[in-house]
Amino acid sequence: MAIGLTHYLIVAALLFTIGVFGIFINRKNVIIILMSIELILLAVNINLVAFSAFLGDLTGQIFALFILTVAAAEAAIGLAILVVYFRNRGTIAVEDINLMKG
Amino acid sequence: MLQGIAFYVFSAVIIASSLMVISARNPVHSVLFLILAFFNAAALFVLLGAEFLAMILVIVYVGAVAVLFLFVVMMLDIDFTALRSGFMNYLPLGTVLGLVLFSEFLVAVGAWTFGNGVTAVRAVPLPDGVSNTEAIGRVLYTDYIFYFQTAGMILLVAMIGAIVLTLRHRPGVRRQSISRQVARNPASASELIDVKPGQGS
Repeated sequence: MAIGLTHYLIVAALLFTIGVFGIFINRKNVIIILMSIELILLAVNINLVAFSAFLGDLTGQIFALFILTVAAAEAAIGLAILVVYFRNRGTIAVEDINLMKG
Repeated sequence: MLQGIAFYVFSAVIIASSLMVISARNPVHSVLFLILAFFNAAALFVLLGAEFLAMILVIVYVGAVAVLFLFVVMMLDIDFTALRSGFMNYLPLGTVLGLVLFSEFLVAVGAWTFGNGVTAVRAVPLPDGVSNTEAIGRVLYTDYIFYFQTAGMILLVAMIGAIVLTLRHRPGVRRQSISRQVARNPASASELIDVKPGQGS
């Protein structure tokens, strides 16, 4: 039972799909949407590390490191915006965030 | 054999816990399942031989991002059951889109093989006899130093942005003003009032 690259790619594809699905079914809850984005980024990282390991090239792991950095920054900024929005409006329902639609 | 069993166990836990993340009623449970998913992804990274990235994943995601989520979920006083009201309306569309996306992924990765001569064009081949951490360090601080500095810059901007967004000065709160305290001298600190007899009250 040798584990090849395809196994890892399918796990990452499943994780990515679950992330997108989570964004769709939790249209009102921004916190779950942010967590789904984290899941999507995790799937991308699994892909990059799997390719890196099976190709014998270190570049994928370095790129995954930078994705990790950007994901952390994104989570911090996203949650800060969420806290400010909740302070101003008293709710986090995404459907109410249409004040700037012009 | 053992590696295969470990792979299937870790992957199954990742998939199950990520399903729980998007479907749990309580967002605190979602965050806890997210932590479980991250731990098992780190285990997958260890299986792939990327130990450094696995440890970084545990430190950054479990230690920082998930705790941040937990703080925010517990800090906001929200009726989360009301936010789930449209759950069933979006379920059919989400399921169809998810199936389409996943079948496209299957078509893409199902017959994946590396092309001929692809190992000849590797940018950074894995060095022999060197640990994963040392190998990453050798290229990260030389070939990729500018990207590394840019990553630090992004983190700095994110930190300042988060502080600027959430900092607020409430009216009516007496705060210590250190510059005013330091600028005081005996002459400005005390005031001598000459009260006329019969007028001090």
